Amino acid sequence: MDPIAAKYIGAGIACIGMGGAGVGVGSIFGHYLAAALRNPSAAQGQFGNLIFGFAVTEALGIFSLLIALLLLFAL
Amino acid sequence: MDPIHQFEIKKFFPIFHIGSTEIAFTNSALFMLFALLVISLLMIGATRSRALVPGRMQALAEMSYEFVATTLRSSAGTEGMKFFPLVFSLFMFILAVNLIGLIPYAFTVTSHIIITVSLALLVFLTVVVYGFRKHGLHFFKLFVPSGIPIYILPLVTFIEVLSFLSRPISHSVRLFANMLAGHITLKVFGGFVVMLGSLGFLGWLGAVLPLGLTVALTALELLVAFLQAYVFAILTCIYLNDAIHPGH
Repeated sequence: MDPIAAKYIGAGIACIGMGGAGVGVGSIFGHYLAAALRNPSAAQGQFGNLIFGFAVTEALGIFSLLIALLLLFAL
Repeated sequence: MDPIHQFEIKKFFPIFHIGSTEIAFTNSALFMLFALLVISLLMIGATRSRALVPGRMQALAEMSYEFVATTLRSSAGTEGMKFFPLVFSLFMFILAVNLIGLIPYAFTVTSHIIITVSLALLVFLTVVVYGFRKHGLHFFKLFVPSGIPIYILPLVTFIEVLSFLSRPISHSVRLFANMLAGHITLKVFGGFVVMLGSLGFLGWLGAVLPLGLTVALTALELLVAFLQAYVFAILTCIYLNDAIHPGH
């Protein structure tokens, strides 16, 4: 296979990983919203935890995006 | 129409040499100084006439102070307030740099991994040095959670050590990659507008869609710029909490 083509295909495959992060982030915000509607008075106190969970989950998606960007532009 | 052309470092004038390495004043340094100037003017100007009923500028400064102070107090306790200058400087610097980077033709300092790694290593080394100075060898209790069955304790400790060591990587790459990806996306959609616009009248009609998307994406990037500064600050608070209270 042409190495350039292989590089682009690899970048595309690397982006699949972001789907998993999408599922995770959606689950975090969905559960936060569900819990916040059950007990709105406690919701504000958990905002920091929400952002922390979001950041940790999102990092994994960002890593796969980084691999794709490295393949496209850096290597 | 290269979407990563915007991240190019341009040399303005050399300052001095270390061996054969040239230390030069670049556009990155210029925008860092500019961010510093903006923050200083905002904070010094806002606190010059300290009124009991704050004006608009003073309310902004008080809000940002209270915002960071509440975050730090809730995640690292009142003992953590001694790190307030560090966390507040990090938050304001990253926020200012991210927001300035959104101005067209401006340079985004945080889109270079060397900047974010420096900031993340600063936090990491602060945690390690302060943890060992305050708790000595008890700092290692951070890696041994209590109440874990003895037969899986080695595995858990190994995972804890690994996650501790990978913190500066995820801490820096998150900010860097978010800014990089956001700005590349903006430029790619801007490129679509130009490409469609060169096709003639039908192209102009088609270019409305990516143009609208660019506007929407800029709004999203504003949110991301704030959120990433906040995430960086809150992770700093959580890591500092480990240095102050190492036992789980």
